[in-house]
Amino acid sequence: MNSYAYTLLIPLIPFFVFLFVGMAEDKLKGKLGGLIGTVGLGIATFLSYYTAFKYFITDHVHGTAYTSVKAFEITWLHLTEKLTINLGILIDPISVMMLIVVSTVSFMVHIYSLGYMEGERGFARFYSFLSLFSFSMLGLVLATNLFQMYIFWELVGVSSFLLIGYYYEKPSAFSAAKKAFIVTRFADLGFLIGILILSFTTGTFDFQTLVDPNGPAISSAGGAAFMGLSLLTWALILIFVGGAGKSAMFPLHIWLPDAMEGPTPVSALIHAATMVVAGVYLVARLFPVYALGGPVALEVVAWVGAFTSLFAAVIALTQTDIKRVLAFSTMSQIGYMMLSLGVSGYGGEEGLGFMASNFHLFTHAMFKALLFLGAGAVIHAVHSNDMSEMGGLRKYLPITHMTFLIACLTIAGIPPFSGFFSKDEILVAAFHSNKILFGIEYLVAGLTAFYMFRLYYSIFWGHDRHYHHTPHEAPLVMTIPLMILAFGSIFSGLLPFHHLVTSDGLGFDSHIDWMIAAPSILIGVVGIAVATLMYKTENSRPAAVAKTFSHLYRWSYRKFYIDEVYLFVTKKIIFNYISRPVAWFDRHIVDGTMNGIANLVVFCSFNIKGLQSGRVQQYGFVFVSGVVALVLIFVYLL
Amino acid sequence: MIDNIPLNSFLVISTLMFFIGIYGFLTRRNLITMLMSIELILNSVNINFVVFNKFLYPNLLHGHFFSLIVIAVAASEAAVAIAIIINIYRNFKSIDVENLDQMKL
Amino acid sequence: MNILTLFVVIPVLTVAGILFTKDLKQSRMVSAIGMTVQLILSAILVYLYVTERQAGNMAPMLFTFDALWFPALNIHYAVGVDGISVAMIALTGVVVFAGIFASWRMEFLSREFFISLILLATGVFGFFISLDLFTMFLFYEIAVIPMYLLIGIWGSGPKEYSAMKLTLMLMGGSALLMVGILGIYFFSVPEGGQLTFNVLEIAKHQIPIEMQRFLFPFTFVGFGILGALFPFHTWSPDGHASAPTAVSMLHAGVLMKLGGYGAFRVAIYLMPEAAQEQAWIFIILTSISVVYGAFGAIFQKDLKYINAYSSVSHCGLVLFAVLMMNQTAFTGAVIQMISHGLMTALFFALIGMIYGRTHTRMINEMGGLMKVIPFLGVVYVIAGLASLGLPGFSGFVAEMTIFFGAYEHVDLFHRVATIVAVSSIVITAVYILRVVGTLLMGPITDKHFLHLEDANWYERLSTITLVIGITFIGVAPLWLSDMINFSLAPLIEKLATVQLPGM
Repeated sequence: MNSYAYTLLIPLIPFFVFLFVGMAEDKLKGKLGGLIGTVGLGIATFLSYYTAFKYFITDHVHGTAYTSVKAFEITWLHLTEKLTINLGILIDPISVMMLIVVSTVSFMVHIYSLGYMEGERGFARFYSFLSLFSFSMLGLVLATNLFQMYIFWELVGVSSFLLIGYYYEKPSAFSAAKKAFIVTRFADLGFLIGILILSFTTGTFDFQTLVDPNGPAISSAGGAAFMGLSLLTWALILIFVGGAGKSAMFPLHIWLPDAMEGPTPVSALIHAATMVVAGVYLVARLFPVYALGGPVALEVVAWVGAFTSLFAAVIALTQTDIKRVLAFSTMSQIGYMMLSLGVSGYGGEEGLGFMASNFHLFTHAMFKALLFLGAGAVIHAVHSNDMSEMGGLRKYLPITHMTFLIACLTIAGIPPFSGFFSKDEILVAAFHSNKILFGIEYLVAGLTAFYMFRLYYSIFWGHDRHYHHTPHEAPLVMTIPLMILAFGSIFSGLLPFHHLVTSDGLGFDSHIDWMIAAPSILIGVVGIAVATLMYKTENSRPAAVAKTFSHLYRWSYRKFYIDEVYLFVTKKIIFNYISRPVAWFDRHIVDGTMNGIANLVVFCSFNIKGLQSGRVQQYGFVFVSGVVALVLIFVYLL
Repeated sequence: MIDNIPLNSFLVISTLMFFIGIYGFLTRRNLITMLMSIELILNSVNINFVVFNKFLYPNLLHGHFFSLIVIAVAASEAAVAIAIIINIYRNFKSIDVENLDQMKL
Repeated sequence: MNILTLFVVIPVLTVAGILFTKDLKQSRMVSAIGMTVQLILSAILVYLYVTERQAGNMAPMLFTFDALWFPALNIHYAVGVDGISVAMIALTGVVVFAGIFASWRMEFLSREFFISLILLATGVFGFFISLDLFTMFLFYEIAVIPMYLLIGIWGSGPKEYSAMKLTLMLMGGSALLMVGILGIYFFSVPEGGQLTFNVLEIAKHQIPIEMQRFLFPFTFVGFGILGALFPFHTWSPDGHASAPTAVSMLHAGVLMKLGGYGAFRVAIYLMPEAAQEQAWIFIILTSISVVYGAFGAIFQKDLKYINAYSSVSHCGLVLFAVLMMNQTAFTGAVIQMISHGLMTALFFALIGMIYGRTHTRMINEMGGLMKVIPFLGVVYVIAGLASLGLPGFSGFVAEMTIFFGAYEHVDLFHRVATIVAVSSIVITAVYILRVVGTLLMGPITDKHFLHLEDANWYERLSTITLVIGITFIGVAPLWLSDMINFSLAPLIEKLATVQLPGM
């Protein structure tokens, strides 16, 4: 027992709320289920903030490194002689930071949904699923070991599945849920095999042991090789595959846009702020192993991140569904975080990328949740997801408009909003590591500013559409979370992350490098300016641009046909060319053999059954002749 | 008196009876005559029992007892068989053995 | 009386009791009482076993009892349990209990139905407590024979065909098994000793290696057929599809586990040398089973076929783990047997209940059922999630233990086999979600479905019992895994002493 033992309550409260609300679903009338969920999460959020305050401020001796504390641990299962699965709670800078992110966004979403989901069928069910998700996500971030993380990793997967498929009567919602689950499950296969390799190479699951620079993991880096890379590197790459699946990295990203079928608060919570950054968190968790044990794996992380951020940004340029634009923007931003981890080194200022990644994760959670919740307020007002059915909404939705604008400026990297600070750190880290990666990210920054303002202008400017009824501002219960998150988006950039969350626990000094910051602001402004030119008032310029680059436009609009490729692989190849032949083989060859044996027996017996004529005298004759024959044999031959 | 008759005569007669019985059993179509043929076979065996007892172990009575048992069994068998034959007749209106091949199915 | 004997006596008494009943109400009441007593008895056994072990009793088998019943061949009625049998008995208790409640409305020849069902259960219980190979075989046959009647009389679809196929294939298995068991018997002790069927006695000596090479395939395949070893699994889809609900539950839930249990209690325990030599053949076959069953399930349209193929995959994993022959994998195999038993019983129960309402088992004829029968829908989703190995349910614990156990082998062959087996978790997710999606989600496809009623009390009792079992193991697996682990010691010791020529 130690002074952090109470943190056990942080995941457990949502868990019990889930059980209670889930079982008593029918009995909870009106908003009661939602209120229980919100209060439960409120307590968990309070405890998280208290933990952060205690860990970063009261318990920390100035100038020393932040250490990790095991608040609680029990044995859950013995696997092999050496490997034991424990469940516990690990308190260290990144887990505390994630605790704040998850509980804040989740709490905001809980409050917001009280308004957004009002009158939906299964309101209580929604809250029980939200609580399940919060429990799993908190369990994930607090995990003491890799296997615990895997357990909760699967649980967040399933709660995401349940929430995407919340409108289960809509076939598209369920197929999106199914897709999300299966794609991430496929990625988890990589994760699991990675865990198998890593745990058998190092003999432990425990994070504290794994990330120890002198521990078994890092010292095994030079071990047995397979196809030119050490086993450790393979393990790390495979683990990253799992992270890439959850974080929607190319080419495992296809589930994320479809996941927008879920209710918008869910998208804000799971598919923008928390679950999708689990992959980043996973790599950050094992960062010392990556940095010191498998630099090749880290390079993979960087390139996948960079490619995804560019790829997603290009797709986001042309999408018309506002939630999908945001989804692709999420992918792009997570690509930033991955890249930043990928270019980072270990320890001190070398670890700038690590710090930047976590910093961006934090600010991104705030502004992306804000964007989604704002989009939710818009959808709530006009009952459509499609940009072309929106316009001129700034008059009707003043609060949503203001907060949305703040979020757009934040993501575009305009100072003094938080996004500027975190993105700047990433660009600095990339600049010092690899100029090509830096170039990609620089370009993406411009694209981001452009598509975000395209979105912004399409929704809030232009002329009014034919709305079924006059759009009205969302109720207070929805706008308050918007305002809180807007506050977070503006000011979270001022947090001294380089003193709090660093690769080795020691703080370092960091300042804004204007040589990089100034051009990055510039490209952001250029992006905004182009968007203003094209979309502020309706004109023929967007259509002209689309026509000029018609191929590129179509490819981007169709998301580079990745979905079609997957569909081809799953439907055609797996279903038709594997599963159908297996079923046929089973029916006709394997079962056919068995039936063949049976038929052979039937055939033989059919042919010899003529002997059994049923005529007594024939039997008698055979019998007598047999006796006579035997007598003759015995008498004359023997 | 019996001592004057040689053993072979008895055996010849019993063998004849036996094969007449077999012949009757295999060729007759009527169940009753088939039953009678079986009686012939059994009685031919009885003759053998008694005769061998007399010639080989004149002081013992095992052969006689055996033939008595055979007669008892034959009697009960005849009773059962005739009961079956009557039932067959009731069901098939015939006791022709050619028609009675239903058991093979 | 020895507590284990009660496990055979109570079902027999129940059967006797049913003989005196007149109609469905009475016979199901007697069966329910009998099987509830049996379930409580299983719980008591678990408790007694755990306390006995904690008290420090290190004997390999507890609660042993031995009586000679056929001196000429030295056949004993020898019973005893270790942690593995205790776990299997508890599983059987739960599944039979749930099965009785799942057939609460068996109107047709109800008395005879319950008699056969409980007779089957008797065989299974007897099998798990037996230490004598002959008695074990006897109980195995007792379990298999009522199966024919149960499917042939109370089944659906091409029931005579399926019943015949299932029985003949299992009988074929028994024939192989008989060869194996007799072979073991004649080489059970070194030359000149009193031959014995007792497993513990036989394990003390080594059966000559030449004989092992010959007998192991017979024994393993004999048990393997019951455990749906590829390519001898085809009785399973047809048999399960035709069988009435409770029979599918019992058969897939428990009877198929006799195969896995026998495979390592008899085949591997008594013939470790041959097992190690020949394992690779069967590892290939079981790896195929695992993936092949899962792919086969994707394409099926009948709910029962889907579940039957899924059973092929999951039971394949049991045999796969058994063949890995180390402590972790064995533990995983036993947990997987229990987990799959509960899960598949739950599935078949639900399928029966859904079929009873919609009168179809074709998934493409159904849709949107979640809205009208939410309880069954939710339980179906839980069963599905458990089956695809979600943490918090027993399947996850079992699969992880198996994968880690299998991965312990350092050579490439075992590792590739492991990765092939691991990949089944994705395919499983595909077919489970496909079924859940078509069956429960989306709009209601048939307006007749609008008037369906949700589960009755006995259906709820039946399913909730199983769900509790699944989650209990899933959330707190440590006690079970430790119980099994401890009991594996003799087997592991025996395997450790194996000296293979040229290996």
